[in-house]
Amino acid sequence: MKVTSYRQGEPGDFVFTAETKQRADTVIARYPAGRGASATIALLDLAQRQNGGWLSNEAIEYVANYLGAAPIRVHEVASFYSMFNRQPVGKYLIQVCRTTPCWLRGSDDITGACLERAGVAGFRQVSEDGLFSVIEVECLGACANAPMVQINDDYYEDLTPERMAGIIDALRAGKAVPKGSQSGRMASAPAGGAKTLQNLPSRDAKTGKTDAKGDGA
Amino acid sequence: MLHDRDRIFTNLYGQDDWGLEGARRRGVWDGTKKLLELGRDAIVQTVKDSQLRGRGGAGFPAGLKWSFMPKESDGRPSYLVVNADESEPGSCKDREILRNDPHRLLEGCLVAGLAMGAGNCYIYIRGEYFLESEQLQGAIDQAYEAGLIGKNACGSGFDFNVYVHRGAGAYICGEETALLESLEGKKGQPRLKPPFPAACGIYGCPTTVNNVETIAVVPEILRRGSDWWVGIGRPNNTGTKIYSISGHVEQPCNVEEAMGIPLKQLIEKHAGGVIGGWDNLLAIIPGGSSVPCLARPVCDSILMDFDSLREAQSGLGTAAVIVMNKQTDIIAAIQRLSHFYMHESCGQCTPCREGTGWMYRVMTRLVEGRAELEEIDTLLDVTHQVEGHTICALGDAAAWPIQGLLRHFRPEVESRILDFKKRQRAAE
Repeated sequence: MKVTSYRQGEPGDFVFTAETKQRADTVIARYPAGRGASATIALLDLAQRQNGGWLSNEAIEYVANYLGAAPIRVHEVASFYSMFNRQPVGKYLIQVCRTTPCWLRGSDDITGACLERAGVAGFRQVSEDGLFSVIEVECLGACANAPMVQINDDYYEDLTPERMAGIIDALRAGKAVPKGSQSGRMASAPAGGAKTLQNLPSRDAKTGKTDAKGDGA
Repeated sequence: MLHDRDRIFTNLYGQDDWGLEGARRRGVWDGTKKLLELGRDAIVQTVKDSQLRGRGGAGFPAGLKWSFMPKESDGRPSYLVVNADESEPGSCKDREILRNDPHRLLEGCLVAGLAMGAGNCYIYIRGEYFLESEQLQGAIDQAYEAGLIGKNACGSGFDFNVYVHRGAGAYICGEETALLESLEGKKGQPRLKPPFPAACGIYGCPTTVNNVETIAVVPEILRRGSDWWVGIGRPNNTGTKIYSISGHVEQPCNVEEAMGIPLKQLIEKHAGGVIGGWDNLLAIIPGGSSVPCLARPVCDSILMDFDSLREAQSGLGTAAVIVMNKQTDIIAAIQRLSHFYMHESCGQCTPCREGTGWMYRVMTRLVEGRAELEEIDTLLDVTHQVEGHTICALGDAAAWPIQGLLRHFRPEVESRILDFKKRQRAAE
């Protein structure tokens, strides 16, 4: 169960910008007529993005109004799902995966490196420069690339405390950081290169039809 | 070992373009119209003949599941829902399909949609997979533009729409009825069954929920024939499977292999072996966090498929192998999982809501040893009180890792308690 503390940040009036409205309407159109409530999660996500990474009560109630839903129905969705933040977060929200596959490969050290380098004393605090917040989350589904973190929308994998500190330094300096594996390996192929898919049958470049049988092991 | 020519996911690591051009080059969308012309009954029969079992964890026969969908509509539309809410600790295989081979999934959706009479498909992808959902949406846009899906898909006369639906962080939404609730814009709390989704699913309409991998392999089974698929693996455990290998191995990875590959071969051939060597292996969790762990002696000879692992009182689950070597504090490793289930319990059923927290707190004391020996049996008793007494299987999933721990490592837990007592006495 997600534990939500209801400490609120500064409220303010909330309305969708023209661009967000357009995106919201695109999402609502994916569902049958009268089933706009299906877009609740998507609209809350859009609202959170527009609101700088967290959902105020005003934003939640605006979404409810937009969908013609009772505010409580949207409040309960916002408090149920872990990706909705109910208090302000830093420009970069660092989510460290803490579940067993990452823990076995040293996620505790990654958490320590994040807190120290980001300059925050505890989870959910915002660093003084407003840039960073750190939280621990449950499995993010990149276990073959453990340990890993998610920063805003992107995954950073195969971390060490040093690599993690380097990422935070680069973000603070406004430099670009490559996403994905930080050890330079290709996606979730074994380190050192893929051992399979080396002997694929040759295929016609256009149709994809095979004309010979590969015999790779 | 599986031959490369028998591998379906030839872009597993994203070596090639994920878009339409690359997909066609790899044989996706090859003669899809012909597959659709086989017709509904023939497709379902081939999938039944292939003995394909669902890749999401439960291993339910896919063809049989599809056959539950109504043949004649009573006015309600039918839906195909693809479960891409991959959140099982250890499992990271669907992610590779979604980002590196999305067209293979889309082709599967179309064929499966026709086979169950569903003209609409929602792909429910976990919210954290942002890049993956963008690439999937990109592939959908390409497929619409090329006429592969949408009106008169592939020129077959069948109209088929695919939509992406992003979640927002909730493990429980991987449970099929919680997923449907979430898709309807509610909290992801599982529904009581019956009615089963095939009778009353999304918006009260007939629905089939399938895992990404299950759907993605279907076109290839139809193209090559069920005999080819049955020829891989063992009876009732057929075909290929993507294994995710994580934890204490030299080279953690995803790899597509034959069903029933020996665990030791999987780890040594593909993942570079256990850190410290095979003799340094303590235990593995063979199918994602929800299945009980296996201790070393069993690991030497066990085969990685549904029936073999069930005989060993565990399960294949999502084939996510979590390896732990002898430097692991196994009690702490399982305690982490208890924290996971406490965090992810949706709060609907009392045994799970209260039990997961209770089990986590006892496990936390056991990590330290701050407990009485009798409490081990109390803990075991509580796991049995939670197991089977909840609407969905999350209660079972929370109970099994602890049961596995106590089945194989009870002496470990006992000595932890006794050591703590000894230290306490010495301090007095």
